[in-house]
Formats: sequence, structure tokens, C-alpha cells
Amino acid sequence: MNWRKVEENIFRGLMLLSTVIVVGSLAFILVIIFLKGLPALSLNMLIQTPKGGYYLGKEGGILNAILGSLVLGIGATLLALLVSLPIVFYLNIYLPKTSKFAQVVRFFFDVLWGIPSIVYGAFGFTVMIFFGLRASLLAGTVTVALFILPMMSRGMDEVLKMVPFELKETSYALGSTRLETALKVILRQAFPGILTAILVAFGRGISDAASVLFTASFTDSLPSSPLKPVATLPLAIFFQLATPFPEVQQRGYASAFVLTVIVLLISVISRIISRKFTKHVVK
Amino acid sequence: MFLFASFILSLAFVMALGLYLRARPILAIRPLKTLLFSSLWQPLQGEFGLASFIAGTLWVTAIAIIIAVPLSILTAIYLSEYAHRRIREFLKPVVDLLAGISPVIYGVWGIIAIVPLVRDYLMPFLSERFSFFPFKSDNYTGYSAITGGIVLAVMVFPIIISIVEEVMRTVPFEIREASQALGATKWQTIKHAVLKKALPGIVAAVILGLSRAFGETMAVLMVAGCALHGFPRSIFDTAYPLPALIANTYGEMMSIPLYDAAILLAALILLIVTTCFNMIAWGILLRIEQREM
Amino acid sequence: MSKPHIQVRDLSISYGDHQALKNVTVDIPERQITAIIGPSGCGKTTLVKSFNRLIDLQEGVKVSGQILVDGEDIYNPGVDVTLLRKKMGLLSQRPQALPMSIYDNVAYGPRIHGLRNKKELDYIVETRLKESSLWNEVKDRLHSPASRLSIGQQQRLCLARGLAVNPEIILGDEPTSALDPISAERIEQRFLELKDKYTIVLVTHVLRQAKRLADYVIFLYLGELVEHGPAEVIFKSPQDHRTKAYIEGTFIEEVKIRKTFLYQEV
Repeated sequence: MNWRKVEENIFRGLMLLSTVIVVGSLAFILVIIFLKGLPALSLNMLIQTPKGGYYLGKEGGILNAILGSLVLGIGATLLALLVSLPIVFYLNIYLPKTSKFAQVVRFFFDVLWGIPSIVYGAFGFTVMIFFGLRASLLAGTVTVALFILPMMSRGMDEVLKMVPFELKETSYALGSTRLETALKVILRQAFPGILTAILVAFGRGISDAASVLFTASFTDSLPSSPLKPVATLPLAIFFQLATPFPEVQQRGYASAFVLTVIVLLISVISRIISRKFTKHVVK
Repeated sequence: MFLFASFILSLAFVMALGLYLRARPILAIRPLKTLLFSSLWQPLQGEFGLASFIAGTLWVTAIAIIIAVPLSILTAIYLSEYAHRRIREFLKPVVDLLAGISPVIYGVWGIIAIVPLVRDYLMPFLSERFSFFPFKSDNYTGYSAITGGIVLAVMVFPIIISIVEEVMRTVPFEIREASQALGATKWQTIKHAVLKKALPGIVAAVILGLSRAFGETMAVLMVAGCALHGFPRSIFDTAYPLPALIANTYGEMMSIPLYDAAILLAALILLIVTTCFNMIAWGILLRIEQREM
Repeated sequence: MSKPHIQVRDLSISYGDHQALKNVTVDIPERQITAIIGPSGCGKTTLVKSFNRLIDLQEGVKVSGQILVDGEDIYNPGVDVTLLRKKMGLLSQRPQALPMSIYDNVAYGPRIHGLRNKKELDYIVETRLKESSLWNEVKDRLHSPASRLSIGQQQRLCLARGLAVNPEIILGDEPTSALDPISAERIEQRFLELKDKYTIVLVTHVLRQAKRLADYVIFLYLGELVEHGPAEVIFKSPQDHRTKAYIEGTFIEEVKIRKTFLYQEV
């Protein structure tokens, strides 16, 4: 009997250790970024664009990248939303629960979700070449939109799946057309979940570098036209770290800090919104 | 509406087709075997052997999986079977946060924390004690396959943990009850009964983690070394994984003939491999979901 | 009355806000079939699952009072729960085969308690499957998955599985309610044959079954012990009017009337 207890305790210990390692890694990452990034951060960095020679140690900031990421990220999210929302509603409202077609679509979304961002970037690049286009904000936006489309759709799909069937039935019974039903009752019910899915997708969109590397390229100026290249935070971080100058590398850490803060904020905001709106939700 | 949905279905095929068309020129000149298995990479001479890059990907991915799988499964078991409800509710979002962190940030962390760790502690310690495969190396920079593997492992944690935890929840409570009614301890129940039922799901989770590790670009690029000198033969050698190759050659791609075809072929390979993995994994998970109903 | 195998003293069990059992005091006689009867949701399952402390697996359970098995309080801090459970075999309402072969299902119990010898395991598997009258149907496919058996066969498998650990007590939580009449009858037959060697406690909501099998009867209503005694006494001349009403089938009217009164009061 003894060895069973020993076995149980050994594995309990191993499990706790693993959990500590996993959670500890997260803490480790956040702590390092804060410790290295915060001190190097200056107001100038946030409000200036890189002046000549920025990457050699001269003056400037990363405003181009911050604004670029925001513009590209919001654009991509809206574009993806435009496509996902109808599809997800179609899957959940029009199609019966046991529809084979819905199953197939969901399966493909899941598979698409796992495709590396660099593949999306390379594909975007091929299309650009085919049409003779150059790297631009527009190209980057479309590529990132494609990249985040699967995860946004599946996120919203999971939420809509959970909307109690009775809620939909009650709406029909009250005589509304299908479209009205969809928009009013279900939207309010699923709103927190949908918002979370959108925010998560946005976070992934602005965090990724590989999808914009080829398609949006980089620039030192603020985003001006959809047909011109645009700077993004991940790439700004990468380029700053790639220089041999310690001052620039420090600024790279600070930029990393900025990106991390943005992503953490998104996470926190989405959780707060979820909790706040769950009051209105019918269980 | 139907059109929209069909658009999604065809996206994967369209991407594959697009990449293939662009990669065709090089496939016309060199047989696929040479491209995949030769490690001679001299773009200026028209030699595009992808073998060392594929090897680099395999090294980094293997290290990441070896580290991540046991830790993730143990953590997932703890979260789903042992942790109090409040602890679980607190830790789950924390683990999910790992998934939201930008790959570039992982790269930064890798440079600041892991590279010195490997360079100053791991490499000297292990390479001197065990001067044989897979430890022997003469790369003392700290930018190596194992550095990439460690960073990748942390990126893969949340994927495996969340899926394994969900799969374990689908195992009916009655099975645990039946096993413990016979006098089994909690761990015996998990080991012999619950994990058996959850096994396909666990396999799916690992495959998805593998797929992610395979395709990760930025973080690995920043810490794995990416030197062009040949085949990695040790965890401490530099590795140059396929995604990093694609990212790095962005600038020069169009200037050398056939270079872009080779690079896009590499992208196509990535697409095919990850898509296959994902289809297998999601196929398994779909079957589990259906069995539940 | 024969020696008590299980003694329950002032047992109260609650799950969160819900009080499942209130101050139950009763003895379970050795080597007899004891039937616990009463309307649904009145604590019968809780009582039976408290004997092998299986209720510990639920969250938020509070137990007060004593349960003595062979004279020892099972909630003593020094008690090894796994050994306690080894003493008792449990048959649940819906048979739950473990995800393994028929052979491995029966051998599961002995194996987790440390038995490795193949010959002994073979012997145990064969004996217990014969005891549960399942051997003839499965002897040619012992290593095929247990999930392929019919539900009646699975319940007999669970019986063999429970017997394989050499228990002293067999607990049954409505073990035949999910089965077809023929399978149910076979299980009942087994119980009648097994009661010479084992103490059997059965929860049932089928009065006819209780009448067929029981030597001793316990009637629970709303978590309270209303009446208990030898089967003939309870069935022929019950003391409490509620017992009488339940046995005669007039109970539903009573419950309905009581419930309306309760709601009006509130």
C-alpha cells in the first residue's frame, strides 16, 4: 500500500512543479520585459518618428510604428469582421444544428487557424507580385485580415453556439423574421463573447511580424496612404534589436515594453467587458 | 452567404495553388528530391538544397516538443483533476495569456534571458561533460537550436495545456467514480482509466503544438543563430529553420534568378506540412466531440 | 437479527445548501440483502455512497455523525480510503465499463492493489465472470473492448469487476433500473445466490424488486429514516403511515397534498 501513496505523491509533486514552471515562464517573460523596457522608455520615443540615423543611434521615436500597427491592426480586424460575422451568423442561425456543411466549414476554420503567419505573408507576397503591386498598408491589412480570420470566426462561433436554443425559438415565436432575430436578441446575448473574440484577434494581428514583413514592408514615416508601406511595432522592435548599437537596442526593449503593454491592456479590457456585460446575459 | 462560406473552404487551396505556381520554375529545373535532401545552398550558383533548413526546423521543433509535452500534460492534469476550482479559474486565463504574447516579445525575452543561460551555463556544462552527440558543438555564442527550442516550448505550452485540459473534462465523471470505487488512488485512476480515454485528444493536442512549433518564424529567427554554415549536429549548434529562411531572404529574393521560386517552395512545404498536421489533429478532436453527443 | 456489518449513527450529509440526509441511525445486517426504498431524491443514493466514502469525490460535501464498518469509524483520520473501498463493490445505475478490454476490466481491481501474477489474474477473471454468469458469453473474446457489450452484459461485467477485489459488502444503486427485464432478472438471481457470502445493500425504487429480494428493509423519505425492519414486518404491517402509503402506492397523493400545503404556507 505504501508504494501507491508514494507514487501519488511523486506525481503530485511533478504536477505542481510543471505548473509552477509554466506560470513562472509567463512571469519571467513579463518581468524581464518590464525591467529592461520600462527604464529605457522615454516620452520622446512615443511621440516622435525616427529621424535620420535613428537606427544608428540618433534621435527619434517609434510613433511611426505605434500608429502604423494601430491603423493596420484596426483595419485588418474590421475587414476580418466584415467577412466572419455574416459567415458565423449563417452557420448558427440559418443552418440546422446538424448540418454537414457547417461541420465542414468549422473544420476548415480550425485547420486554417494553425497555418503559420509566414505562409500567409508569403502568399500575400505572391499575390502582390502577380498584380505588380508593391508593399503597402493595404496589402499588409488584407494579409493580416486573412491571418486572423480563422481565429476570429471560431471564437465568435463558439460564443454563438452557446446561445440557448430557446432564445432563438422565442424570437421566431414572436413573429420576427430571421434577420431581426439574429440582430437583436442573439447579438445582445452573445455580445461579450463576440467582443472578446474580436479583441483577441486584434491582439494577434498587431503582434505578428511574419505576415507583414513582406506585405507592408517598413518605413520611417507615419501611415499616410494605403498604397505606401507602413511601419509596424513588431518589425520596429526587431530592427532595433538587430543593430549593433546598445542605445538602439535599449530602445528596442522599450518598444517591446510598449507592445506588451498594449497586448496586456487588450486582454484586461476584454475580460472586464466580458464580466460587465454578463449581467444582461440569460443563462 | 453560401459563397462566402465556400470562399473559406477554398482559401487553403488557393494559397497552396498560388505558392505552387510561383515555385514551379525551380521544380522544373531540379527534382524535388534534390531540393529536399541536398544541403548545398548556393543561390548565386543556382543551388537550392533545403536540407539543412529542414534539419534546422526538425531540431528546434523536436527540442521544443520534448520540453513542452511532459510539462504541458502534467500541468493540464493538475488543472483539471487536482486544483481547487478557484485556483483553476485563476490559472487558466494566466496560461492563456502566454498565447497572446507577441512572438517578437518571445524573441526579445529569448535574447535577454535564454541566450546568456545557454551560453554561460548550459553549453559549457553539458558540452564538456558529454562530448558526444547530441551535445558536442563548437558554437559558443548561445544562439543555438536549444535556445530556439526552449523559447518555442514556452510558446507551445498554452496550446497543449488548453486542449488537454478540455479533453480531460470530456471524460465522464462515472469512470473516475467506478475506478475509485474499486479502491484506486486518484493518480492510479488518472493513469489507467482517464488518460486512456483522453489519449486521442492528447495526441491531437501534441500534433497542434508540433504544427505551431514548425511554423513559428520570428521568435526562432531571433535566437536560433540562423547561420548558413551547414547541417546542425548538436543542440548547441546554430539552427536555421525554414520559416526563418523565408523571412530573412525577403530583401534579396527578387534579385537572384530562381531565388524567389526556391523560397516560395519552402513556404509551400510549410503550408502542406502544417495543413496535414492540423487536419489530422482536428479530425481526432472532431471525432471526440461527436462521441460526446 | 444477525450481527450488524455497517452501523450508521446520527448521520447527516449535505451538499452545499441541500441537506441530503438528516440524523439517520440504522444497522445493516450481515450477509443479508438490505433494500433501501423510498421516493426519488430522498437520499438513498447518498446513503449507499457514503458507506464507501464515494461521496468524498463531490465538491462541497459535509458529513456529520458516524459510519462504522466492522466496528471502525470510516471517517477516522487514520483510515485508508482505498482499502475501505476495496471492502465494498459498487454497482451503479448505469454500468460504466472502463475503457479497456473485458479481461482488463475485471483484472483492474486486483492489479491496482498490486497483483501481477498472470495465472492468478486469469483465475480471478474466470471465476468472477462465472459468478456473474457472463463467462459463457465472453470467454472467446476476453481481450476485446468492454464497450462493445450490451448494457445488460456490462452490468454483469461491473458485478464481476466489483467481486474481483474480494469485497465483503456489495452496494447497488438501482442496479437494474437501466436494464431490460431479462438482464434485470439475471442480476437479481445473482444477488440471491451471493447473499450467503456477502452483505448486500440495494437501493431500489421498484417495490416488487424489494419484495422479491429483501431480507431487511429501510425506508427513507426526504433524507429522514422513517422506518426500518425485517422485510415481512415492513411489507405486511408497517408502523408509520408514510411507509404504509408508499407500500400501498397511495404515496403520490400524499406527497402532492403535502407539497401544496407547503407552498401555501410559504
